[in-house]
Amino acid sequence: MGKIFVIVVSAVLVNNIVLSQFLGICPLLGVSKKLSPAFGMSAAVGFVMVLASAMSWIVQNWILVPMGIEYLQTIAFILVIASLVQFVEMVVRKMSPALYKALGVYLPLITTNCAVLGTAITNINADYNLLEAVINGAANAAGFALALILFSGLRERLDEVTVPASLAGTPIALVTAGIMAMAFLGFSGLL
Amino acid sequence: MSLGKEFTKGIIKENPIFIMLLGMCPVLAVSSSVINGLGMGVAATAVLVASNIAVSALRKIIPDSIRIPCFIVIIASFVTIVDLSVKAYSPALSQSLGIFIPLIVVNCIILGRAEAFASKNGVLGSILDALGMGIGFTLSLVVLSAVREVLGAGEFLGNSLFGAGFQPALIMILPPGAFLALGCLLGLINLKQQKSSQAERS
Repeated sequence: MGKIFVIVVSAVLVNNIVLSQFLGICPLLGVSKKLSPAFGMSAAVGFVMVLASAMSWIVQNWILVPMGIEYLQTIAFILVIASLVQFVEMVVRKMSPALYKALGVYLPLITTNCAVLGTAITNINADYNLLEAVINGAANAAGFALALILFSGLRERLDEVTVPASLAGTPIALVTAGIMAMAFLGFSGLL
Repeated sequence: MSLGKEFTKGIIKENPIFIMLLGMCPVLAVSSSVINGLGMGVAATAVLVASNIAVSALRKIIPDSIRIPCFIVIIASFVTIVDLSVKAYSPALSQSLGIFIPLIVVNCIILGRAEAFASKNGVLGSILDALGMGIGFTLSLVVLSAVREVLGAGEFLGNSLFGAGFQPALIMILPPGAFLALGCLLGLINLKQQKSSQAERS
């Protein structure tokens, strides 16, 4: 139990996947201009990240390691994630058109989201078992959602204020993210 | 477009980091020292050149509807080669870049060049395009990591610059410093562009 608690606190707050591990910066800058797409993107990433953590663990420990072909990890994982995204897209479209309408545009983008592949590789490097890998995936997804939603809330406010012309847009967003990362640095004493 | 232009466009006009804002994750993560930035730049350039050659050579064979999965498999193969080579020849660099070498697979610059350039152009043009983009990526990464290393550690390539009395701003080599430094550099570039476009108008 204790180890699982440490995994969750570490992934959500201390080593936040976006603000301290720098994974998933593209969606952080791309879909953070408004709050509602940020919610959609977080949900889609969370969905895929949990499934990908489980699937990549199974592929690594039941296929790659027994056959002694661990060097194919990168290729195997990216294929697992790409087909998983395709599969999730098909299932969601059939089962819940409303959810598909909300998440549909974000799903294809997730294949090239480094947060998902990064989590899968971290799970293997940290020697987690299947349950811990899934929990780490869910916790990383929560950390991603926390950072993305807080950040898009800040960016909505930024639209209202006057910013020096040369800093408008991405530069001020990056500086804002830097200040948020500083705030998250304060959690580092937790563990 | 002439071949010379294919090469130079990636370095300044379509610089992947400062102008196109592509491939941000490794840029922010590994720019805490110049040597890491340089290593990452060279590794990404190697993958970029190799994958551009392969995609361009195979562009008439790959069916259009499954081209993205094909590109990803090509890129992943070259990333695996680079990953294993770095582990073999420079274990220290592999240790400090860590997870970001396998993550070159999902770097948008590489898939972006395969899709936007190599799948439509000949091999020679694709090599030059990849070299230009790779050099642009490496140069920007070195500039960003030089700013962070000088301000955050008072060093350049590990050599102390300012003597013992200097108090480095440690925050610059911690994660927030990456965002702050890149934000300020982009701001400076915008300022310069706005100044020069004003100068053209008047």
